[in-house]
Amino acid sequence: MRSVWRTVDRERARAIALLCVADGLVALSFGAIAVGGGLHWWIPVLLSLVVFAGGAQFAAVGTVLSGGSVVAAVATALLLNTRLLPFSFSVSEVIRGGGPLRLAFGAHLVTDETVALAITEPEAKRRSGVFWACGIALFVSWNIGVAVGAVAGARIGDTDSLGLDAAFPAVLVALVLPALNTRRIRLSALLGSLVAVLSTPFLAAGLPVLASLTGLVALARRTPSAESSPGPFPDPRPESSPDPCPDLSPEPPTHPPAAPESRP
Amino acid sequence: MPLLAILVLAAGTFAFRIAGPLLAGRYEFSESAQNWMTSAATTLLAALIATSALIQDGGFAGWARFTGVAVAVVLVLIKAPFPVVVIAAAAITAVLRLLGIA
Repeated sequence: MRSVWRTVDRERARAIALLCVADGLVALSFGAIAVGGGLHWWIPVLLSLVVFAGGAQFAAVGTVLSGGSVVAAVATALLLNTRLLPFSFSVSEVIRGGGPLRLAFGAHLVTDETVALAITEPEAKRRSGVFWACGIALFVSWNIGVAVGAVAGARIGDTDSLGLDAAFPAVLVALVLPALNTRRIRLSALLGSLVAVLSTPFLAAGLPVLASLTGLVALARRTPSAESSPGPFPDPRPESSPDPCPDLSPEPPTHPPAAPESRP
Repeated sequence: MPLLAILVLAAGTFAFRIAGPLLAGRYEFSESAQNWMTSAATTLLAALIATSALIQDGGFAGWARFTGVAVAVVLVLIKAPFPVVVIAAAAITAVLRLLGIA
């Protein structure tokens, strides 16, 4: 395993450390909210260990605490996690190549953050190291955070007042924006985001993000790998640059976070 | 929340996660298929940015979070380091809330 850590460059290691702090704080609040709402301490702790998906955990506990049925809680959380299916395909290469235990644990580490870090790592050799390092570090910090929050019990306070709800999309912005390096993938991302936001009022939680896959029509005519046109804006570096991320190319905003009409 | 519900949720979630690696072990995906999967994941992540920046409980998440994320986008475009992007987004959102902007 030591070789895994050695392949993670300092820039990525720093990013992973920051992710652990941010997610650890959110985990703390998850544990505190669950126990503060009246659940037994082992429920958030076990959920975090065996589900390990923040959004789904909050949705499940939130549904139960607000008087919803257990079936509704599980269904909502599972819908939120459907995106993990396409994610698991995108990182299948970095998970495979070991015994069944390693395979199972690697699959368990598939989260938004680990996938974003792994697929945006330009050097294929490093992808596996980044995925495992980030996954293990997040698994540890997330579960410690939840356990401490659950045991401390007292209201840890609303993490929204710390702006942590903005930290999650900001993390993804920092990781994903530089990966939107061709015109086609930018178009796909933009279309997909529009579909997701505009379909939110009509679809159950979790499905709008999945519906964003319709954005892939933007790539339909040629394989993405054949794409080399620099698009309307000059690309400052070759796509296969071995530079470690986040080496951010000066791209214009391809992914405006808000179309004004997208307010529900 | 009964133990059975937690285990069902865990099993379903794990099924989503293991499907890719398992199927990839059975079939050799072509390079073009791999590229499609990366593009699909990138598009999903972009949509996740948009929805998590804008939406909370089916409605608009408020200007504080939106502004924080918008600042993050600008910082990424001017090549700010990762910690600066994330901390600035959270700090701006927190300060706006302190000022009474939801």
